[in-house]
Amino acid sequence: MDALYELITGSDLGFWWKQLLLAVLIGAVGVIVFSVALVYAALMTYLERRVSGRVQSRVGPNRVGPLGLLQWLADGAKMILKEDVIPAAADRPLFRLAPYPVVIGVFAAFASVPFGEWLIAADLNVGLLYLLAITSLVVVGILMAGWASNNKWSLFGGIRSAAQIVSYEVPTALAILVVVLMAGSLSTQDIIREQGGWPWDWYVFRQPFAFAAFFLYFTAALAEGNRTPFDLPEAESELVAGYNTEYSGMRFGGFYLGEFGNVYLMCAIATLVFFGGWQIPGVSPAEHHGSWLWQIVGFGLFFVKAWAASFVVVWLRWTLPRLRVDQLMSLCYRYLVPLSFVCLLGTAVLMMLVPAGSLFDSLLRFGTFGFGLLVAAIFFWRVLWHIRHVGDRIDLKILARGVRGRFDPAIQHRAYGAFRKQQKQPEESR
Amino acid sequence: MSETSPTSADRARDAILLNMGPQHPSTHGVLRFVLHTDGEIMHRAVPEVGYLHRGLEKLAEQQTWAAYMPFTDRINYMESMFCNQAWAMAVERLAGIEVPERAEFLRVIACELNRIANHHITLGCMSMDVGAFTPFTYLLRERETINDLMEALCGNRLTYNYMRIGGVAHDVDRAWIAALEKFLDHFEPICDELDSLISYNEILVKRFIEVGVICQADAVAWGLVGPNLRASGVSWDLRRDQPYSVYPRFDFDVPTAAGARGIEGDCFRRWLVRAEEMRQSCRILRQAIAALPEGEIRAKVPRKLKPPAGEVYACVEGARGELGVYAVSDGSDRPYRAKWRSSSFSALSIIEHISPGLMIADLVAVVASLDTIAPEMDR
Amino acid sequence: MSQIETIQARLLELVPESSWSDGAAGDPFAALPADGWHAACLAVRDDPALGFDFLRSLSGVDRPADDRIEVVAHLFSYKHRHALVLKTHTGRDGGALPSIHDVWPAAEWYEREIFDLLGVRFEGHRDLRRLLMPEDWQGHPLRKDYREAEHYRGIPTRRPGYAAPDRDEP
Repeated sequence: MDALYELITGSDLGFWWKQLLLAVLIGAVGVIVFSVALVYAALMTYLERRVSGRVQSRVGPNRVGPLGLLQWLADGAKMILKEDVIPAAADRPLFRLAPYPVVIGVFAAFASVPFGEWLIAADLNVGLLYLLAITSLVVVGILMAGWASNNKWSLFGGIRSAAQIVSYEVPTALAILVVVLMAGSLSTQDIIREQGGWPWDWYVFRQPFAFAAFFLYFTAALAEGNRTPFDLPEAESELVAGYNTEYSGMRFGGFYLGEFGNVYLMCAIATLVFFGGWQIPGVSPAEHHGSWLWQIVGFGLFFVKAWAASFVVVWLRWTLPRLRVDQLMSLCYRYLVPLSFVCLLGTAVLMMLVPAGSLFDSLLRFGTFGFGLLVAAIFFWRVLWHIRHVGDRIDLKILARGVRGRFDPAIQHRAYGAFRKQQKQPEESR
Repeated sequence: MSETSPTSADRARDAILLNMGPQHPSTHGVLRFVLHTDGEIMHRAVPEVGYLHRGLEKLAEQQTWAAYMPFTDRINYMESMFCNQAWAMAVERLAGIEVPERAEFLRVIACELNRIANHHITLGCMSMDVGAFTPFTYLLRERETINDLMEALCGNRLTYNYMRIGGVAHDVDRAWIAALEKFLDHFEPICDELDSLISYNEILVKRFIEVGVICQADAVAWGLVGPNLRASGVSWDLRRDQPYSVYPRFDFDVPTAAGARGIEGDCFRRWLVRAEEMRQSCRILRQAIAALPEGEIRAKVPRKLKPPAGEVYACVEGARGELGVYAVSDGSDRPYRAKWRSSSFSALSIIEHISPGLMIADLVAVVASLDTIAPEMDR
Repeated sequence: MSQIETIQARLLELVPESSWSDGAAGDPFAALPADGWHAACLAVRDDPALGFDFLRSLSGVDRPADDRIEVVAHLFSYKHRHALVLKTHTGRDGGALPSIHDVWPAAEWYEREIFDLLGVRFEGHRDLRRLLMPEDWQGHPLRKDYREAEHYRGIPTRRPGYAAPDRDEP
């Protein structure tokens, strides 16, 4: 992008030609980013359904394409083709308008999120600020949808959402500020460049406060993205479907894609801020910069990290119950906000006291990394233990093999089978 | 009540009137609440029932005593075995029929299996109503095995219609008993696993604890029964305290979850009582299997049964508590009147009383924890 | 049977106008006149020797032969672990009974149900509305002489080919 920009501005074309070409360039980049974001959001819906299926010992989508991989295309086609119902009592202009801020808020944010070192639409010097600001647009759309639907459940959803997103922006921003403090830059690419490829070079393991800040960020971002355990705006057992109760067709699709785009977005931000983005272990930034191969590997690494984080988000959704409104607010203001202030302050103090590259710095780094590994190990050991403990569902047919003799269901069952056979025979003979 | 206090009357002027149901994801069956809310907090929730009224009591007057049995399945499709048993017991007491021992054992086995299946749904719905969907699918997976067992037992998976006046419809064989034992071996660890998976999940506990508290006096006065009553601290179980069938022969505990987290009569205690009851049902099942005698499965009952004129109230400890039937006979071959006393009916009537001050999300949890089910209260 | 006899004796002491019936088959019960209904219920609840704190069920039975509707209360005491059946009756046309929902709050919905299905009015009830049937339903379905209207709000209540039950007459 930058290279093309310089090529155009540096060429000896006339002023208006340059402007025209730049407009075309921006438009093309916009279309590309939007398409990529759309595909990512749609893939997110596939991941959600597939993972939830596995989590719940179901199959999940597996009919459209191999492993159901094209399910999202089918869903998209379905949503476009469906009728767009607008309730008679709704505030029509507002109702029609509501999905746009959501879509714009989420997808405009993709402009400043890197996919690889070269793959970023606009490496803004205030990138993180832009990300935090533009995603706030979502709340406007949700509030509009809740109000315009003229449905009390929608209104409840909209108002819950407004309260929630606005509140949780504070801990999200504070947690990110911890890293901004360490990196000294708001540019997403700069923050990635400041980290290294190896895990202990990532900001999350640099020092304990950053480690804590990651969890604060992740929790708050879950709430900002209206994900379980904070999915109150659309809590289906309470508010039917919250703000999108009355929506159908592609307008619903707007909210839907916005939500899932948001999930990827928060995971991508987590990746670039805490997990070293596209940095490759053992490859220096200078080596990385000029090589196509490393660019592709870097893209792959970013992709894997971001989607792994997305997987955790989905996993959490199908594991945890939902908080109540008052608990949600008290969690934010009584725990997350003070804790993120502590992290911010602690980071500042550490940065003052511990010079970079000193022995204590390394100790902090490896200590935090070791602690993180320990936590992960204990967690996975417990998960595996539970999986082994539960075992699979028992099936009567399998059971029957263990029983001496032939499994012989009760009389009625047999009589019923014979009866069914009798009923079927005339049909077959016909 | 809320409307008597002046402050709430002042607030009530600003109340939003909100219709929850009859088409709402967490009204179990078809049920409507009219909520008077101030934002998220309710002044009052008034249940409106009757959407599933099918006139099952009126239908009883048009069937013969025995032919009413399949209808009782529909009184409450989640615990149709108990409805069967209550009806059979009422008619047997009216007509003075002695049930063979083996039939009583089979009834106990079928009922306890049904109780486990019911609690699967209840706990699953409770967790689903506070937003955790997955435990529901896990519990349904286990329930599927019970459904298979029931299908092998009586040919039906939900509305069992297993019992007959004077006994049960079908006998079991050794293979079925073996399958049941396998299921118990498999299921008993699952009970512990349920606790570690979801029961003590901090969010779930926070959602249930000290929510919808029903004190002991209220629980008795409003006629709560079964797990709801026990969670309020009344250790009362018809199986133990007013013995029927062959229950006195079994050794089991009546859990009240006293001393556990939460306070007496809150949603979390109701959850714990049900989770523990599944274990106790497993214990009863083990003992019943071990002691299952040989013999007849049905008493000799005249084809045209005409109990003498009179009236009885027969009740069983259903999965939701006391499930009673008040049957009046006028000496003919059809019931003169059958009245069902169901747990959901009384459990739902208390909602208006405990609703002031609850949040909307709490109401969902309370309704789920009281285990109300629409067909049972509407009949 | 001693338990039931002590209940019987105590009940006669408290409510002299009650008449005891052993019941040909099934449970014995005590019949009360309608005007003493509320006082009797209060008495059996509050008497320390009886202490019936649990209203198991409150049901109505239509007796067109006697031209009356019986209301039956099944009571139980958790303290003493004994049961009692109380009965009262009222006329079929415009019959009314005092409400006992202040004695046992559980009666509130039972009385609404009886009002709905049998048409007994309960005086002093807080909120006597139909419970199960729609608000504008005609008639009281559990009465023996109840005939369903052909239409409800323009919807036919019987499908074509519906076989009427053979014992439809009162």
